[in-house]
This record gives sequence, structure tokens and C-alpha cells, in this order.
Amino acid sequence: MSVCFIKGVGIAAPGLAGWNASLDILRGAAPYVAIAETPYAPALLPPNERRRATASVRQAFRAAEDAVNGSGGDAGTLASVFASSDADMAVLHRICAALAQTPRVISPTDFHNSVHNAASGYWSIAVQSVALTTTLSAFDASFTIGLLEAVALVDAQRDVLLVAYDAVAPQPLLAKRPLALSAGVAVVLGTQAGTAALGRIAIDIGDASETTCVNPELEALRESNPALRVLPLFELLAAKRAGAISLRGTGDSCVALTYTP
Amino acid sequence: MKPLAITSYTVTSAVGAGRALHIDALRAERTGLTEQRFEDSTLACWIGAVAGLESVALPGALARFDCRNNRLAEKTLAQDGFLDAVGAARAKYGARRIGVFIGTSTSGVRHTELAYRERTTASREDLPDWFDYRTTQCTYSIAEFTRQRLGLTGLASAISAACASSAKVFASAARAIEAGFCDAAVVGGVDSLCLTTLYGFNALQLVSSEICRPADANRHGLSIGEAGGFALLERVPASGAPACLGVGESSDAHHMSQPRPDGSIARVAMAGALGDLPPERISYINLHGTATPANDAAEDAAVSGLFGARVPCSSTKGWTGHTLGAAGIVEAAIALLAIEHGFMPRSLNTRELDPKIQAAVLLEARSAKVEYVLSNSFGFGGTNCSVLFGAAP
Repeated sequence: MSVCFIKGVGIAAPGLAGWNASLDILRGAAPYVAIAETPYAPALLPPNERRRATASVRQAFRAAEDAVNGSGGDAGTLASVFASSDADMAVLHRICAALAQTPRVISPTDFHNSVHNAASGYWSIAVQSVALTTTLSAFDASFTIGLLEAVALVDAQRDVLLVAYDAVAPQPLLAKRPLALSAGVAVVLGTQAGTAALGRIAIDIGDASETTCVNPELEALRESNPALRVLPLFELLAAKRAGAISLRGTGDSCVALTYTP
Repeated sequence: MKPLAITSYTVTSAVGAGRALHIDALRAERTGLTEQRFEDSTLACWIGAVAGLESVALPGALARFDCRNNRLAEKTLAQDGFLDAVGAARAKYGARRIGVFIGTSTSGVRHTELAYRERTTASREDLPDWFDYRTTQCTYSIAEFTRQRLGLTGLASAISAACASSAKVFASAARAIEAGFCDAAVVGGVDSLCLTTLYGFNALQLVSSEICRPADANRHGLSIGEAGGFALLERVPASGAPACLGVGESSDAHHMSQPRPDGSIARVAMAGALGDLPPERISYINLHGTATPANDAAEDAAVSGLFGARVPCSSTKGWTGHTLGAAGIVEAAIALLAIEHGFMPRSLNTRELDPKIQAAVLLEARSAKVEYVLSNSFGFGGTNCSVLFGAAP
């Protein structure tokens, strides 16, 4: 079992426009209203990279910037984990469509944006962090496996930013990977509480069945995007309510989380 | 990090299938690269293709994972006694307690290219029914296939950090074992030929029309290859047993597709892998050495900055081509073969060493005791990873 403190939280999804703006919804004090996300220009990216950043990179930045702002920490010192099932499906679509044409011409910018670690690369440039960053996919368990990676990475010398994000694919890929909406979530983890910590979590591999959301409106969102598998944890965090939950992992395993405010 | 025993490993590349063919080809200086077109590619270049993937069948219920990348995984898992070694580990630790960490950059994208080609040919809007996103194109497909093929039921993760992917699996596995999320780990990497990488690197003017010539004064870019490799990592190696002794990771924070020219941050990853081991103790460095002008210059700045010209080094991309997300595990296997056989391969295809290169690039193979090997892997997004191999203390 590993234990660490949650020092910042971010969320970017329709109707959940930032952690502070979502608190009342997450603790059941305000209704959930599915308002479409407004366009977002990552504040931290230099102009060249901002121009080239794709929709999925922006989705990741929106949540990451929210969490880092809330944590009060220095983004440039954080190690990071970027977890995404699908990375950038719009880029995949453009490349595969171009390769099916004659002549085959693919954009060099699309090609470098096609790597799964595009968001983490842009992030390290944006915050000028030379700390290690790692990028993974575990399909619908991407948030959960990303959380294990992030918790394993935290130590006394480094806090860790975990970002989980997936953007809705364009057709015809959407029919093959039907996510209902785009979303990003982020948490900053550390071994020391600091001043802004929202509490601590203990985490281990388990086999309890998956926890659903308390709020039925949020439960409807939970399976709409791999990043939103976090919502049962966010309900506890927003309400500062101690509790134990279980997130679906890979294979037949679950990840058991105990939250203490 | 605590040393991790490498109790079994295997590799497939254009050089051949399995460890024995790799050490043979390294000794015989026999490249796996050929001047041929991949399927209907129109690009004139050298590629490192693995023979026989057309006839590989995925067993039983795993047939839905069928695509070039997972076939390459299947072929590789079935050799060098790897299945038996994992079977023994499964009996020892339990299926839930062996983690799976597989690196890939493009996973089953060749399958998606074929689906799009059929869509265009048939002038239809949708993709064909046979195209299954989750089991082929999805980055995680290769990790899920590996997990199921090995009968494991716990933590599985596809690490996708471009060309450093299957070096970084050693770091993720070590951390998961240290945290207690698993007791042992299967690490690996698989990337297979596709038009995306051929035309993509070509769009960036990084593909050589000649065979790749790492560290050469007249290097013109890389040759793309495909490969797969796997290793079984366990705690507490016996003294003298082959082991992963350290991993270092860093981010250039410089440019999405160009390395930081002074190599200063890549050097941080190398120093991280060495830990307390003095640089002069390293016997051999397996370079990332893609043969692009920018990579080889930046890597040389990093290597010569830390090691001067004291430590013999070479890129083995002249044999395998740049196998992208599989490069880390292929070169891990070469590092382990170098240690086992006391053999340091030369920089194949290098005719005239770039006079600007200061590191001790091997222009002739060398036979000598090889105690510690450092292996470098760098990728788009500025990701750097170095892994240290040697006998456990």
C-alpha cells in the first residue's frame, strides 16, 4: 500500500469547468448541467506550440493548469504522468485518411503530434520542466493505471502531476471508439501535506467491485470518458468526506483507494 | 533503484528471431536492413522488416487482437523459452502479482491504415466491420494482448513515449514493484512497420535513402525497422546474475521533434541511470544513434560530456534500423548479449566517423569482458531514458 497527499485537483469536462466551479456539483449541492466546454487556449504554452497544439493537448492542459494553479506549487518542478486511452484521434484520422490518398502527403506537424506523449512534450516545454514525465494507455482503465504510476513515482524529492484526458474522435473513428464527451482531469500528489492539501489517499491493488458515483447525474458521466472514472474519488474530495472506493483496473483487478480529509 | 534480476528475455528484429541469431549477426556484422518497399510504399529507402509475420496466427480467443503488431508480439513471446519462464513465475507469484509494461509508439496503426484504404477504395464513409479499434489500433492493445497471452490478471500498462517507450518500461516496472503493486514484471516493446512512420519521418526529412550510417560524417538519416522484445524482471537477483541496475529519465523541454542540441538534459538521464557508479566503470554504451544529423550530434555532446572519450560506444541501428518504440527493449537485449558474450559491436555502416564526434565510437568490434552497459533511448516530445545493465552485486 502507498500513501500520498492530494495537493491540487483539476477538471475540464462539459458542465464541470474547473475544480472550484465544480465543487458544489460534485458534493451534490448544485445540479449538474451539461454545458458545452468553451474553446481553450492553454495559458502556459508559448505561441508557436499553442498554435500547433491539438484538441487533445488542450484538453490535457485545461485540467493540468487547473490542478497546478490550485496546488500553489511550482509546475516546473513536478514530475508528471499523462494517461490517455487514445491520445489524438483527430490526428490519427488525418494521417490515415491522407495515407489512403494518392499522392500520400502527411503533415510533419501532424506526425509529431501523433505521438502518444505529445501532451507531455508540450507540457514540459510550457513549464520548462526537465523532470521525468511518462505517458501511458490502459484503455478505459487509463486514469486508474495512471494513478498507480503517479503514486509509485511520488517520493520525498518530487511531487507528481497526473493528467488523464481523452478527446472525442472524429468520424469514422468515433463509431469504433464511441466516447460521449471529451474530458480531462488532473491531480497533484506529494509525500508532504503542504498548506493546500485536500487530504491523503492510501492506494493498493484489490478486488472489490467498482464503486459508482453517489450522484446519478455524475454516474451517467462516469463511463462517458476514461478520465471520468475518477468521479467517485472526486465526490469524496469535494465533500471532504472520508471513505473507501474501488476503481476498475486491468485484468481482473481493482484499485482500492481510501481517502482521509 | 534496487537491482532487478532479468531471468528471461527474448528479441525479434530484422536480424532474426531470438537471442542466438542476434549475437550471430552482431559478430558476423550482418545487417537485417534491406533496400525494399514496405507493401505499397512508394518511398525508396532501406527498412528492417521481420520475415514471416504473414503466417503468424494468434491463439484461440486472442484472434480478435490480430494485426501486424500483435503478430510480432506473438512470434516473439513464443521463443527463447519465454512462455515457460513466465509460466514458472506465474506459479511462483500468482497471475495477479506479475505486472505487464509494454512500450509501443504506433501499436496497430497498420491495421487502421488498411481499414482507411478499404474505406477509400469502396468510397464509403465508415470503416469496415472487421476493424476492431480496441484490440488493434488502441495503444493499450499490445499490453492487453501480452497480458492475456501470458495468463496474467493484474496491472497492465502500455507505455507510449515515442522512441523511448520500451526503455521507460524498466522504470515503470521498477517503481510498481517497489510500491508493492506487483512482485515481478514482464517488460517489453513492440513496434511494427507501417506507412505512418515511413511517410511521417519522410515528411520531416529524417529518412535516409541509403542504409543508415550512425555517427558517419555523411549520415543522412534513419532507416526504419520493426521489432519486438520482452524481459522478465524479478526482485533480489543472485549475486552475479544479469540485472537491470538503474534507469534515468529526463525531459528536454526544448522542441517536439528536435533534441536539445547541447545534450545537457539527456546527460541527466544517463547520470540518473548510473547512480553511484563512476562513469569509468561502464564497459560499453549502446547509443540511441539514429543516424539523423541532429540526434547523433546532440547524443555525442551528452555522452562525451559525461564520459569523455573513455568509454567504447556504438549504435546498433545499422543492424536493426530504428525500431522506434521497440528500440529500448531491442537494445536492452543487445546489452545483455554483450555482457554474456563479452562482445562489443561496432558502429555498422559507418565509413568515415564524423570528425565532430568526440565519444569513443567503435569502428571495429571488440571482444573483452563487458561488466556494465548503458543503453540510451530518446524520443519525440524531448523524452530521454537511459538504462544500466550488469551483473547484480
